[in-house]
Amino acid sequence: MTVPLQSVLHPAGPDAAIISQFAWVLFGGGALIFALVMTLVALGMGKQTRAVRPMRWIVGAGVAFPVAVLSVLLAWSTWRSGQLTAQSAQSAQSSQLPLVVSVSAKMWWWEVRYRDPAGGPDIVSANEIHIPVGRAVYVGLNSADVIHSLWVPALNGKMDAVPGRVTGLTLHADKAGIYRGQCAEYCGEQHARMALHVVAQPSHEYEAWFARQRQPAALPTDAFLLRGRQAFIDQRCSACHTIRGVAGADDQSRPGPDLTHVGGRAHIAAGTLRTHRGTLAGWIADPHSIKPGVRMPAAAGMDGEALRALATWLESLE
Amino acid sequence: MRVLLFPAAVLTALLAACGETAPPVQVAGGSAQQGKLLMAQYQCGACHAIPGVAAATSLAGPPLAGFARRSYIAGRIPNLPDPLAQWLVDPPAMKPGTMMPNVGVSPADARHMAAYLYTLQ
Repeated sequence: MTVPLQSVLHPAGPDAAIISQFAWVLFGGGALIFALVMTLVALGMGKQTRAVRPMRWIVGAGVAFPVAVLSVLLAWSTWRSGQLTAQSAQSAQSSQLPLVVSVSAKMWWWEVRYRDPAGGPDIVSANEIHIPVGRAVYVGLNSADVIHSLWVPALNGKMDAVPGRVTGLTLHADKAGIYRGQCAEYCGEQHARMALHVVAQPSHEYEAWFARQRQPAALPTDAFLLRGRQAFIDQRCSACHTIRGVAGADDQSRPGPDLTHVGGRAHIAAGTLRTHRGTLAGWIADPHSIKPGVRMPAAAGMDGEALRALATWLESLE
Repeated sequence: MRVLLFPAAVLTALLAACGETAPPVQVAGGSAQQGKLLMAQYQCGACHAIPGVAAATSLAGPPLAGFARRSYIAGRIPNLPDPLAQWLVDPPAMKPGTMMPNVGVSPADARHMAAYLYTLQ
């Protein structure tokens, strides 16, 4: 089990590298100047052998030194931040990148949409953004309810998701891996459990994943899985969840996450639990004790076996 | 004096015995410490409230506090080390209508988890 990395100290993309360089220069420079000032304080407390000339210190260390240091920092940081993708490409232009993902922040999960290159309906997923390694991907961001903020520390800075507006940022991973991100703007009761994962894969793996996502959920042959599928229909889960391939559940304007390929995602409930039939069953039976305040109602009126079948079927939807 | 001292000593010994808890039932090949970590890893907390296990607060299944003192598992299986380990590996095989799924726990992992459950007095 590898723990997904969520660290500003381990940048994995060009923008994050620039941001972390800023942080280290400011931290290192600040530490040096602090050490210098403390040395002067120590010297000042010792016995004076020569007369101190106050004007020299005020003009030299109090005016000239900060002006020089801050001017150099200003020039360097202006030049360096010009190299950030969002700045260098301008947002209008970066939204023209060949690969665009639209992310809609909701209380308390992330809807992720990919355009179908063949012009069909969008390919919708949740809480997991797949990107090919080494390519810049534009993430168009909006919010369905309150202000959220998308932050994947290893890949870029924060970007607010504001209702009624489209903002955006570029994700660019230099190496394959899973990068955890989370909502970085307090958005209500379950703000802390509103995470997502960016899965950066080599190009061929990404293409294979994308081809799989375009497929609807296949009809299972196993009787137990069929029973789970029937439980999904009988429980009217489709009132909130889309599953392409299940009649009556393939309309995409549902309030809850699209579950067509839920078993292929590493986590459920926005990074709260790893996906397997046990967590799925627990979540369906009682989402409120796991994530109090969540919009999903607890399922009632399903016998134990039907619940198990439903959870096993969902797990099989890879 | 001597007459009074003896009953006093007996009383003290009896009172002291009240505070003691029996040592946990031993599960052959099971480490409670490892079991505790495994219960977090398998995310048993998605259904059970388990004392000492991180993020295990759900009420979908029965809470497991005081598990060592229970006589039966799932209302029908005697609460003994071997049946408990079997139950953790494949619950529906022992009680077909149960809601608890088989989550792929290996027999060795099940023994560690059973060892931890028997520390819950």
